[in-house]
Amino acid sequence: MDLELIITSFPKLLGATVITLKLLSASLFFGLILGLFFAILRLNKNKLVRGFAYGYSYVFRGTPLLVQIFIIYFGLGQIEYLRTTFLWVILKEPYWCAIIAFSLNTGAYTSEILRSAFETIKPGIVEAGRSLGLNKMFIFSKIQIPIAIKQSLPAYGNEIILMLKGTSLASTVTLLDITGVAKFIISTTFRPIEVFIVAGSIYLFITFLVHNLIKYLEKKYRYQ
Amino acid sequence: MELISFGDNGWGDELFVATLMTIAVAITAMLIGFLFALLFTPLKLSKYKILNLIANFYTTVVRGVPELLVIYLFFFGGSGAIMYVAQIFGYYDYIEINAFLTGAISIGIISGAYSTEVFRGAIQSIDKGQFEACHVLGLKKYIYFFKVIMPQMLRLAIPNLSNVWQITLKDTSLISVTGLVEIMRQSYIAAGSTRDPLFFYSFAALLYLMLTYLSMKFINRLEKNYSRGY
Repeated sequence: MDLELIITSFPKLLGATVITLKLLSASLFFGLILGLFFAILRLNKNKLVRGFAYGYSYVFRGTPLLVQIFIIYFGLGQIEYLRTTFLWVILKEPYWCAIIAFSLNTGAYTSEILRSAFETIKPGIVEAGRSLGLNKMFIFSKIQIPIAIKQSLPAYGNEIILMLKGTSLASTVTLLDITGVAKFIISTTFRPIEVFIVAGSIYLFITFLVHNLIKYLEKKYRYQ
Repeated sequence: MELISFGDNGWGDELFVATLMTIAVAITAMLIGFLFALLFTPLKLSKYKILNLIANFYTTVVRGVPELLVIYLFFFGGSGAIMYVAQIFGYYDYIEINAFLTGAISIGIISGAYSTEVFRGAIQSIDKGQFEACHVLGLKKYIYFFKVIMPQMLRLAIPNLSNVWQITLKDTSLISVTGLVEIMRQSYIAAGSTRDPLFFYSFAALLYLMLTYLSMKFINRLEKNYSRGY
């Protein structure tokens, strides 16, 4: 055990934590929007719309995240047409490619979580709103969404932790997040155990924080 | 189409072999995971606090740390650890453990943590009366476990185990960083030499989708088999 390496690698890995957290928060933000959008599509009466949303979540949940990143980072650059559009500004950056891939991935899982949350809302609650003469938008935003949030909190907490672990794949497209820096230190010092302890502790600490935040929110949104 | 043809011009045969490799790694990892679960589930359910602590440490750490980091630990640290042990016995040459074993063990340890949680949940949701009845009837310990608890546990565990299988199958793609030629690595090689990454990575995605689809079909049949009588 090399204590000195643990001490010297800690600030480096802590610096990389910023990138990990940035990736995590950005992809959760976009993923939540995507997830909500596709969850609403899943509840649509039109079979084609529902099928489209189902296909999206099936494909992104059925393939590894690594493949998704590689398709977006290495694959899309191959299309000549894309290189001429303004999208290329975004797609040539590994940082944005990673965020796009993560958002699409977590969006698929989030849509499933939200869909099942919407389905557990008792029809009576919505009917009560309608009989009070509330309009559709109001029922959706003030009744259905708050209940769905409460229902989906535990599952969404798991998804946040899965996504945190997923951000480690950003290191495969040259980004220096915690795992990327850890790999760099390991391959220069050949001391995997020490680095693993430091990097692992940082990840566990973030997991711990997320876990407690979700616990707190669950308590806050519990029925009285 | 020519790109995935079998033979010298296409990558079809290489990708086919790579797919078999992915399946082999995933199954081996799943089985190693079962071994770990077999070891840690009793610890989780034990009445001794210290044993609970050990099992909780294992599942919490492995499920809270990225898979890639665990793989790097074994990839860079695996041969070092074995060489260290070998040196105690007076063997000083370089030992390289093969990529298949490194990958299968690291994914297996991860999958084991998930399986442990699944088995724990399944055993805990078996009705208490079943355990008590076994005691009352004075059944031998292994009959009690294999004939009474196990069948009920499997029925409850299979839906969640199918999730663990999906996770394990998708995690095998990460082993490509160690150089083991499975679907992801083979696509990487093919994409590099044909300069057609879009096609090959999309094809890899298709292969994974096919694998997850087929295994779902298979597991559904298994589930029906174990739910007989319910």
